[in-house]
Amino acid sequence: MTDNRRRVVSVLVENESSVLSRVSGLFAGRGYNIETLTVAPVPNTNRSRITIVTKGSERILEQITKQLHKLIPVHKVVEHDEMVEKEMVLAKFPIEENLADIQALCGAYNGGIVNVGVNMLIAMVADEPCRVKHFIEASARYNPIEIVRGGVVAIER
Amino acid sequence: MNYFLDYIQLLLLKRKYLAFLDKITNLTKNSKTIGAEFMKMNGARMVCEALIAEGVKTVFGYPGGAIMNVYDEIYKQDGFEHILNRHEQASVHAADGYARATGEVGVAMVTSGPGFTNAVTGLATAYMDSIPMVVVSGQVPLSLIGTDGFQEIDAIGISRPCTKHNFLVRELSELPRIMKEAFHIARTGRPGPVLVDVPKDITAEIGEFVYPSEVNIPSYKPTTKGNKRQIEKAVDAILKSKKPLLYIGGGVVLSNATDLVRKLADMGGIPAVETLMARGVMGASNPLLQGMLGMHGNYASNMAMSETDLVISLGARFDDRVTGKLSEFAKYADIIHVDIDAANIGKLVDVDYPIVGDVKLVLEKMIVGLEGKINADKYSDWREVLNRYDTLHPQTFTDSDSVIKPQWAIERIGELLGEQAIITSDVGQHQMWTAQHYPFDRPRQWINSGGLGTMGFGFPSAIGAKRGCPEKTVINITGDGSILMNVQELVTASEYKIPVINVILNNNFLGMVRQWQTFFYEARYAETDLSYQPNFKLLAEACGGIGYDVTTKAEFDDALKDAIEKDRVAFINVAVNRFENVLPMVPAGGALYNMILDDKPKEK
Repeated sequence: MTDNRRRVVSVLVENESSVLSRVSGLFAGRGYNIETLTVAPVPNTNRSRITIVTKGSERILEQITKQLHKLIPVHKVVEHDEMVEKEMVLAKFPIEENLADIQALCGAYNGGIVNVGVNMLIAMVADEPCRVKHFIEASARYNPIEIVRGGVVAIER
Repeated sequence: MNYFLDYIQLLLLKRKYLAFLDKITNLTKNSKTIGAEFMKMNGARMVCEALIAEGVKTVFGYPGGAIMNVYDEIYKQDGFEHILNRHEQASVHAADGYARATGEVGVAMVTSGPGFTNAVTGLATAYMDSIPMVVVSGQVPLSLIGTDGFQEIDAIGISRPCTKHNFLVRELSELPRIMKEAFHIARTGRPGPVLVDVPKDITAEIGEFVYPSEVNIPSYKPTTKGNKRQIEKAVDAILKSKKPLLYIGGGVVLSNATDLVRKLADMGGIPAVETLMARGVMGASNPLLQGMLGMHGNYASNMAMSETDLVISLGARFDDRVTGKLSEFAKYADIIHVDIDAANIGKLVDVDYPIVGDVKLVLEKMIVGLEGKINADKYSDWREVLNRYDTLHPQTFTDSDSVIKPQWAIERIGELLGEQAIITSDVGQHQMWTAQHYPFDRPRQWINSGGLGTMGFGFPSAIGAKRGCPEKTVINITGDGSILMNVQELVTASEYKIPVINVILNNNFLGMVRQWQTFFYEARYAETDLSYQPNFKLLAEACGGIGYDVTTKAEFDDALKDAIEKDRVAFINVAVNRFENVLPMVPAGGALYNMILDDKPKEK
């Protein structure tokens, strides 16, 4: 039971009101943890995809999957290791920082500078969640003003 | 000039509008004679028509501002009766009792805001025990939702964790489909309560009513059949086992699988234990039945569970009040777990033979698989062991001539009424004693709040049960604590002449909590002494019922017989031994085989 692994659960739901609260409420009510949650409609359908990163043992994960499946508007719950994951992050740096360095750093993590203003610049990176974490660590030396993570999206292989 | 034209136009519009109104009133008046494809009516009437189409005969409820349109239509129709409880909580419990007694979907109706919040305990009670129920609640008009309107509360948000599903009706055109789906969801799969929240403007709006004949919810397809391979494996496991044990839960009652369970037990001579929710499935006189297991289970049942080598779990969910310490529970056994709810399987204990499906359908196949391969002698040694356990510590109590023992009163009701009665209860000592001592012979004879443990459930659910089964005598066995929660239902029962008999086992204590205080809190009786009481006899009489004060066994018999004869709602206030404990008892978190068996009185 000490197997407290990070897991990605992908939930295909009917795109109706309060479906997100049903899903997030289930996590809160049963004491499951949510690390990130993203949701958006699936193109050309009446469905939405909710991607949740959670932590828990095998038994907890099994419960999460089964309890999610019990919700009436839930079509499908996918939870396995064969998922390609990406996460996006936006970071705001002071304009005084070295632009070339930041550009190079973003380049290493599949991103770049996307907006520059009078006092700041905004960089964007989209990569695997663990690499996003590395990017954030590396960016610390350029004194980021603000960092916004997008949460994980995942797709089955 | 322009103004003049506008005025003319307005007049014309007004005339058109009036003509339209006329047409609609005529339509609603005559719609019973018009074909179903051309039924125009308001949303309120749609709610009523849906209930009638679902075969609902009785609705329990309480009106209020946001639900008034529906009540106006209830007034006009004669397809179902409405029972006015005196509290919304009681309405929902009554619908629940009706559902448990009849097996049909119970229906309750409440208004928005406080009407709904009062109903929440009822929803949660039904949810925990998987009772099929539809509750219709009024809501403020759509335009006011989110503005903190008068009597507005987020009913969908609040009821989400205590309903199987809930709906907010956002458009009139959805209403018929939502009603249809609500009933479908409530009664299929693992049953449960469904809330339909209807804003007031929707019930006023007029539209075409076509009640769907079928339900299609692509994301909701409960598994009922049970995997064939898994069932075969389970059959092999039964044949290989030496000490199998049927662990019967409330799911058997819900699935109406009693006959099959009895058949399975009989064909193999397999001993059985019942949970609190399954009392009556095996029948009290069945020699294979060991009794109830769990915290207040009898010795033989708890020992059977501790020593069995194969648990055959049928519609049970390994509740903590059943298992005690999980690591010691059925330690030597493989587990077959049949449940319609996949989430119950493997939730608390590891299962060797998981079977997701309706107990009834699974048992049909299981019995076919066992036929000819099993005989009633196979487990006679095992049964002998259990019989010895039962002789060692039978489920008894020490009777007294000076004071009525609560257990005696319950057994006495059993002797006098037996199978003829439906027994409801509240929550506490009296509930456990009833489960232990009443000779339940059939499913749906025993109605109690098992999962949530709701005090105040007994009386209103008895009202519902009596309305659903008028030919039965309905007795609510209750305590002096519980009966005061929903005591207002005396008025309901009197008004509608619903002759429910409440037997109050009165020990002037909040008995179960007092028992824990005796055992585990060094007899510090914090706020459990209920010596200050109403005069129950006069209270019943003040509300149009009959009351009896009983202190001797003879008086008890007389009161019960008189109450049954008088056929009116009654309170039988029975003075019972104050410090009686429910035994055996497994202390919370302890292993099932470590039972407190003897009573060391701590009276002062």
